[in-house]
Amino acid sequence: MSAPILQARDLHVEFSGVRAADGVSLDINEGEFLAVIGPNGSGKTTLLNLCTGYVRPRSGSVLLDGHAITGLTPRAITRRGVARAFQIPQLFSDQSVVDNMMLALAAKDGLWTMVRPLGSRARRDEAIALLDLIGLRDDRNRASRTLPEGHRKLLDIAVALALKPRLLLLDEPTSGVSTLERFSLMEALMSALRQRSITALFVEHDMDVVARYANRVLVWNAGTIMAQGHPNEIFKDERVLKNVVGVA
Amino acid sequence: MIRTLIFALGVLALVVAPTVAPWLEFVLTIAIAKGFAALGVAILLRAGLISIGHAMFFAISAYGVAFFAGSGISDFGILLVLSVVVAGLAGAVVGAFLVRYRAIFFAMLNLAVSMVFYALFAKLYGITGGTDGMPVPVPHVFGLVLSEPAFKNVLFYGSVALMVLVGFLVHRYLDSPLGHALSAVHANEVRLEYLGVPVWAVLLVAYVLSAMLAGIGGAISAFAIGRVVPDFAFWTASGHLVLVAVFGGIGGVPGAFIGALFLELLHTKAAAYTDAWNLIVGATLIAVIMFLPKGLYGLFSRSGVSAQ
Amino acid sequence: MNAIIPLALDTLSSAALIFFAAVGLTLVFNVLRVLNVAHGSFYSIGAYVGASLCLFIVSRQLNPYLSFVALLFSAVLVAVILGPLIESTLIRWTYGKSEAVQILITFGLFLILEDVQRIVFGVQSLYEDAPMRLMGSTAIGGIVYLNYQIALIAMAVLVVIGLRLLIKHTRYGRLITAVVFDREMAQSIGIDTNRIFILAFSLGVFLAALGGALAVPTSGVAPGLGADTMVLAFAVAAIGGLGQIEGAALAALIVALARVLAIYFAPSLDAVAPYAAMLIVLLARPYGLFGSITARRI
Repeated sequence: MSAPILQARDLHVEFSGVRAADGVSLDINEGEFLAVIGPNGSGKTTLLNLCTGYVRPRSGSVLLDGHAITGLTPRAITRRGVARAFQIPQLFSDQSVVDNMMLALAAKDGLWTMVRPLGSRARRDEAIALLDLIGLRDDRNRASRTLPEGHRKLLDIAVALALKPRLLLLDEPTSGVSTLERFSLMEALMSALRQRSITALFVEHDMDVVARYANRVLVWNAGTIMAQGHPNEIFKDERVLKNVVGVA
Repeated sequence: MIRTLIFALGVLALVVAPTVAPWLEFVLTIAIAKGFAALGVAILLRAGLISIGHAMFFAISAYGVAFFAGSGISDFGILLVLSVVVAGLAGAVVGAFLVRYRAIFFAMLNLAVSMVFYALFAKLYGITGGTDGMPVPVPHVFGLVLSEPAFKNVLFYGSVALMVLVGFLVHRYLDSPLGHALSAVHANEVRLEYLGVPVWAVLLVAYVLSAMLAGIGGAISAFAIGRVVPDFAFWTASGHLVLVAVFGGIGGVPGAFIGALFLELLHTKAAAYTDAWNLIVGATLIAVIMFLPKGLYGLFSRSGVSAQ
Repeated sequence: MNAIIPLALDTLSSAALIFFAAVGLTLVFNVLRVLNVAHGSFYSIGAYVGASLCLFIVSRQLNPYLSFVALLFSAVLVAVILGPLIESTLIRWTYGKSEAVQILITFGLFLILEDVQRIVFGVQSLYEDAPMRLMGSTAIGGIVYLNYQIALIAMAVLVVIGLRLLIKHTRYGRLITAVVFDREMAQSIGIDTNRIFILAFSLGVFLAALGGALAVPTSGVAPGLGADTMVLAFAVAAIGGLGQIEGAALAALIVALARVLAIYFAPSLDAVAPYAAMLIVLLARPYGLFGSITARRI
C-alpha cells in the first residue's frame, strides 16, 4: 500500500439536525479495496456522496491525490478520476448495452465532435472488450432495460469503469442481486479492478462479500468511524458484532 | 441502400415537380424553409425539450435578411450566411439562460421570449416597420442580377440543395457523441453528470444549432415571400413547427422535411375551404400524441430517475 | 403627491387583473400538477363572452346594472361549460404521462381555442365600459378615483382571502389538500379524485374567465389577448413560485409595477417589462420567490 489516493479530514455534515458525519477523517490508499459497513441510516452513503461532491461538508476537506476537491461539482470530480456506481443502476434504459458503454467511453474522451460517429470501429471494439471483461459481451445488443437486475448492476459498474477512473465508488454493489449471482458479480468486478489497478471503496451490507473481498473495512456508526482494520480483526471486534452485524 | 435510393428518388421528384406544376414552386420552397425550422425543434425534442417559441429565430433571421439587404448588402449568399449567424447568436444568448430549465419551464420560457420578440417586431415601428413589416428585395446571385421569377427558381433549387447538404450534416451530428449525449439528457441526466459530461454545454450547442436551422428557414422564407412581418414570430407559427417536429421525431431528418411538405400542401388545400388552420394543427397535434404508438423517440417515457 | 395616488390605483387595479389571470394557472398546477399552456385562452374567452353579453344588454337598452351581473355570469358560464369538458377529456388523459405529453396536448388545445374564438367572436375588438361608467367615481381630497378600480382591487383581495379560507376551512379544501399531498393515498381512502380535479380545474377556469370579463370595461378584448395573457400569467406564476397563491398575488404586484415603470420610461418596451422582471427573479431564485422543487403545499 502506497500513498493515499483520497484523504478526508475532519468532515462535518448535518442534515436537518442529524449528524451524518461528525469530524470524520480517513485515508483511502492506492490499490485498496475498502469496504464501509454500518447500521442503516448511519450515513454510509453520505460518505460516498462526500467523495463524489454530491454533498458539501459544512467543514473539513477532501483531497484527491493531494488536490482539494471539497466543494467541486460531481461533474468536475468525475473528470478528475472518480467514478461512481449506483445502488439503483443509472443507465440509459432504451439504449443497448454497447451504446451505454460507448457513450461512457466518449464522455471520457471524444465527446466534443459533431462529425465523427459515436459508434466508430475503435470505440465499439473498446466497448466490447470492456463488456468481455465484466462478462456482459453476449448481451451487448440488448436494450439495457431488458436485462436482469444483476446484469444491470454490472453494466452500471462497467459504465463507471469505462471512465478509466483512479477511484471507483460503489454503493451496495450486491443489493438487489440474488445470492447466487452475488459472487459471480464480485468475481467479475474484482478481476476488472485488479486488471486496471483501480482503487475502490464500496458500501456494503452483505458481510460475506465484505469478508471475502475487502482488504480493509471501515465501520461506520452514527456519523463516525467506530473501527477500522482488516476484515478478520473487525469481525472479531465485539462492539462491531453488537452494533453492526447484530450478533449479541 | 434501399433507403438512400428512396431518398434520392424523393429529392428527384421534388426537383422535377415545379416543371410539372409551376405553382408548386413557392409552396415547396416554403415547405423546405419550415422543414429546416422544424428540424431545429426536432433536435431539441431529442433531449426532451420542447420549444414552443422557435419561430422567433425564424423571424430574427428573416428580419436580418431585410436589414442587411436594406443597408446595402445585395449578395444572396452573404445575406443568407449573415442572417443565419445572427439567428445563431440570438440562440446563444437566449439559450444560455433557457437551457438551465427543463420540461414545462423550458417550453413556457421559450414561448414567453418569442412573444417578447413578436411584441418588439410589432411595436418598434421606426426600426422594423411595425406590423407592415419590411420588404426583401431580390438579391444578386454570384454577381448576376436576376429577374424575380428567375431568382425564385434559383432559390428553390438552392433550397433543395441546402436541404440535402444540411440534412446530411445534421444526420451526422445526431449520430455523433454529442448527438447521442442529447438523447441521453432525456434518458438519464444524472448519469450524464456522473460521466463528467457538462450537460448545460451539450444542450447549448444543440440550442444554437436549432436556432441556426430555424434561421436558414427564416432566410429562405424572407426571400421567397419578399416581405418580412412580425407574424413570422407569432406563437401560432411556433405551433406549426412543433407539429412538424413531432413528425420529425419519428422520422429523423427526412421526417421533418416530409412532415413540412405534407403540412404545407395540406395548408394550401385547406385554405380554400376554411380559415381555421390553427384549429386543424392543434387537433392534429392532439390526435398524433394520443393515438400514435409509444415509440415516439422515448418522448413519452418517464424520465428523471433520482440516484441517491 | 397628487399624481402618485391615481398611479398607484392604476397599478393596483392592473395587478388585480393580472392576479386573476395567473392565480388559476398556479392553482391548477398545485392540485393537478399540470401547467395548462391554454390557460390564457380562458381569460380571453371570459372577456369575449362578457363583452358580448354587455354589448347585448346595452344594445337592447336593458337595465344597465345587468352588465355587472353579465360579467360575473360570463365567468361562471365559461367555467361550467369548459372546465369539466376539458378536464375530463384532455387534461385527465395526461395524468401519469410525461411532461412532454402535457405540454403538447395543452399547446394543441391553445391552438384550437385560438381559432374557436376567432370563429365565434370574429376579429374585431370588443369594448363596453358600461359597468365602469355606472360605478362612477369618488373624490377624496381633490383627487378623483374610479370606483371600478377600487372594486377590482377589493375583488382580488377577496379572492386571495377566499381561496385561503376555502382550502383551510372547508371540507372541499381539506379534500384538495389531501389530493395534493398524496394522490394515490387519497384515492385509496375513497376520495373521489376525479371530482376534485374537475372542481379545481373549473375553479381555475372561472378565475381566469372572471379576470378577462372584469377587464372588459378597462381594456376590452381583441384577438391575441389569450396568448398575451398566457405568457403574462406564466411570468407571474413563475415569479411567485408555481403553485403558490400568495406568491402569485405578490408577483402580480411586481409585474404591474414593472409595467407601469416601463410605460413611464420606455413606452415601446412595456411588453418586455414583465419578462425582464421574471428574468431577474429567476436568475436569483430559479423556482420563484416562494417556490421550491418540492412545492407541494397550498
